[in-house]
Amino acid sequence: MWAFIKKEFLHIFRDPRTMVILFGLPLAQVLLFGFAITNDINNAHIAILDHSKDVVTREITRKLLSSHYFLLNRYLKSDADIKPAFRKGEVKEVLVFERDFARKLQKEGVAKVQILLDATEPNTANILDAYTRGIINTYVLQRMKQSAAIPISIGVQNKMLYNPQLKSVYMFVPGVITVLLMLVSAMMTSISITREKELGTMEALLASPVKPGHIIIGKVVPYVVLSFINLISILLLSVFVFGMPIQGSIGLLLAESLLFLTMALALGILISTVSKTQQQAMLLSMFALMLPTILLSGFIFPVENMPVVLQYLSDIMPSRWFIIILKNIMLKGVGITYFWKETLIIFSMALLFIGLSIKKFSVRLEE
Amino acid sequence: MSQRETIIEVKDLVKKFGSFTANDRLTFDVYRGEIFGFLGANGAGKTTAMKILSGLSRPTSGKVMVAGIDVSHHPEKVKRKIGYMSQFFSLYNDMTVKENFRFYGGIYGLSAKKIRERTQFYLDKLDMKSYENMLLKNIPLGWKQKLAFSLANIHNPDIIFLDEPTGGVDPITRRQFWELIYEAADQGTTVFVTTHYMDEAEYCERVSIMSEGQIKALGKPKALKEQFGAATMNDVFLKIARNVE
Amino acid sequence: MSVNIHIEHLVKKFQDVEALKDISFDVEKGSLFGIIGPDGAGKTTLFRILTSLILADEGKVMVDGIDVVKDYKKLRQIIGYMPGRFSLYMDLTVEENLNFYARIFHTSLSENYDLIKDIYEQIEPFKNRRAGDLSGGMKQKLALSCALIHKPKLLVLDEPTTGVDAVSRKEFWELLKKMQQRGITILVSTPYMDEAALCDRVSLMQTGNLLSVNTPQQIVNNFLGNLLAVKTNNMYTLLSDLERFDGADRVYRFGESIHLVSQRPIDEVKQSLRDFLSIKAYQKIEIENKQPVIEDCFLALMEKTGTL
Repeated sequence: MWAFIKKEFLHIFRDPRTMVILFGLPLAQVLLFGFAITNDINNAHIAILDHSKDVVTREITRKLLSSHYFLLNRYLKSDADIKPAFRKGEVKEVLVFERDFARKLQKEGVAKVQILLDATEPNTANILDAYTRGIINTYVLQRMKQSAAIPISIGVQNKMLYNPQLKSVYMFVPGVITVLLMLVSAMMTSISITREKELGTMEALLASPVKPGHIIIGKVVPYVVLSFINLISILLLSVFVFGMPIQGSIGLLLAESLLFLTMALALGILISTVSKTQQQAMLLSMFALMLPTILLSGFIFPVENMPVVLQYLSDIMPSRWFIIILKNIMLKGVGITYFWKETLIIFSMALLFIGLSIKKFSVRLEE
Repeated sequence: MSQRETIIEVKDLVKKFGSFTANDRLTFDVYRGEIFGFLGANGAGKTTAMKILSGLSRPTSGKVMVAGIDVSHHPEKVKRKIGYMSQFFSLYNDMTVKENFRFYGGIYGLSAKKIRERTQFYLDKLDMKSYENMLLKNIPLGWKQKLAFSLANIHNPDIIFLDEPTGGVDPITRRQFWELIYEAADQGTTVFVTTHYMDEAEYCERVSIMSEGQIKALGKPKALKEQFGAATMNDVFLKIARNVE
Repeated sequence: MSVNIHIEHLVKKFQDVEALKDISFDVEKGSLFGIIGPDGAGKTTLFRILTSLILADEGKVMVDGIDVVKDYKKLRQIIGYMPGRFSLYMDLTVEENLNFYARIFHTSLSENYDLIKDIYEQIEPFKNRRAGDLSGGMKQKLALSCALIHKPKLLVLDEPTTGVDAVSRKEFWELLKKMQQRGITILVSTPYMDEAALCDRVSLMQTGNLLSVNTPQQIVNNFLGNLLAVKTNNMYTLLSDLERFDGADRVYRFGESIHLVSQRPIDEVKQSLRDFLSIKAYQKIEIENKQPVIEDCFLALMEKTGTL
């Protein structure tokens, strides 16, 4: 068996492409998700049309701009300037303060400010809207406190738990870990087994007294080791580059990952038993594993917002449950009592896939 | 024999990969309408030379003229003048016989009418009319081979390169295939062929035998047998290739 | 002599295609048995059933008294199998390949060095080279070493010489002969007819049928009719003209000449053939009696059974 493992490592280390997929890709993905693909807003360009130009509007403007979410593109002179500004794509948001803003606020307790948003990117528009409102509300509240007037409006106060800054990297890291464990384990094992089929070496192995179990273990062990190295490097990267916390037990995190890994490897072997060529194995892994993992697991799109049919589909995605577990451990810092159900689901899936792949991994050539 | 037109002219062809010399000063001519056997042991440099002649690879130095075109300078022009059939016949298994013809005709820029004509011509000749709408993967190996040859010929090339065309087929099909080769040669197409079957070397008008990147022998099979005092081409081949080991 | 392989009424279908049509034969212990036939004859299917890699639909195969279906585990201990595509890891070196195969058979290179010494000595200078960088002949020798490393009783080689040049082929057969002398039973398939003569017994195979199982000598002796080799100044038109010659059963190209098979008395045929060709204005007419070789017999058998 050791001979198998050694051979497998030699294959991996001698193929630059495999090495890139194994190590380059995971790191690139984390960095990509962490830096580029992010929902966080920084320095969104805005324009301000201030009909009032008094103390209050200036104060609000100053607060907005000092938040580093917004960057003043320019002041507009009239309503006619608004459309062109959006059309040119120079600004994402235009803020319009009505005439006599401070005076109205003082006397009538009500002053109007209009927020105009470029909704071609709905997510960004929503977030900008929320930020702007938040900043303005905070300002109004502060002012009221100062003037000791009883607030007429009810201030909604939200507190973001576990991810107070709403950093999307916290959301992505568990997802990326899941995708990568899935990719490396399932895809690489299925490819490395089908490669032997294609080359004809599988024929020689099967005709020898080697037990199929040994072939499988020989294939699996190297990828478990490499996936673990990957996992650890992703975690290190998340903690030290993105400041992601790991609230819960690292031991538990690794144990759960090992379980998930086992499941993914079994799935990889299962895929290899039904594909004849490396290409088939790769496509199958991509479409059957990667895409659902990314799209249906709640990694990017919240499961609750999906149509019912897709929600059911998402229930059978092992990655969905793993992401929940990861978030629980990393962000909430809770123990196994809070996610034993998810763990059990993955465990049963692992058993199912191992059972199936042992049954399907034949002692003979498939025809 | 009268002076024949030279269709391939190779002079001092050298091809190096790093420090390894795959082709070492090859010099030979091939005449129009000739069946030229290009023999050699595995790794002797045959495939490298063949790639250069068909414009797929550039020589390190030396002069290579194919159908009057300098291969080093105009590899694309050469490709229009030649047909190429590899041992793995580049046919599309998921297309029908007819579709393969249409595709290859299209590649060489034949008109739709011309393609139809040529397709009919070959289907009649190979007696494969009833197969025309069959997917290629359902057709026996021997037929595929003949089809591959016809497809390599579809644009009436001056020269057709055959790289181990008859590997693995039965002796009858192998002979039928050679009849196709003879016929093409008789109509003026030059045939440049490699093979591991030494009896097929006898079918060639002239053969060259390569070893270690060099041409060690060149001539008519009969002359070579006399020169090396051997009864068959197999013995000639063994004598040449053995010497270098 | 005792039987090493016993094959009885073997049938195998792939969907509609009958790959093996009721095949029976025996291979004697310690013999070199050749299966000669083109691609698609069913050689690989037969070998895969024999090595327990696939299951037959009907029939029975016993190797050294072992049922290949029931006792496949035992069988796999005693056979060395070299599949049609060289079963080598191209990204591993020669030595790593050998060590790997030794390990999976729970043996080592040094333990059975004696057996593969002759072969290994030829590839040893390249032992640190990757298998993918070897020439065809060298790959084939390495694959043979890998199949031999556990001292098998039966060696099964699926087209080991396909695509390999004539020199390497000759060397390879010399190696096989040596292995046979060490008591290993060898079953080998090949599309090259000339290799049949090197076997103790051969079976000619075509589209799932065995055309004949015999010693090469007997197969040649069983050839019916007289064989003539004809040469003239114009070989191209000669074939089609000879096909119209009255006494010809079969006419086909064979190397530098054209072979003509006739059932009529030899001298009579020769004379009328000479006349026939002279009328057609051929020159340099050479007509020779020829001993048939395996390829002549194969062509005759193919024609007889109409299995084309």
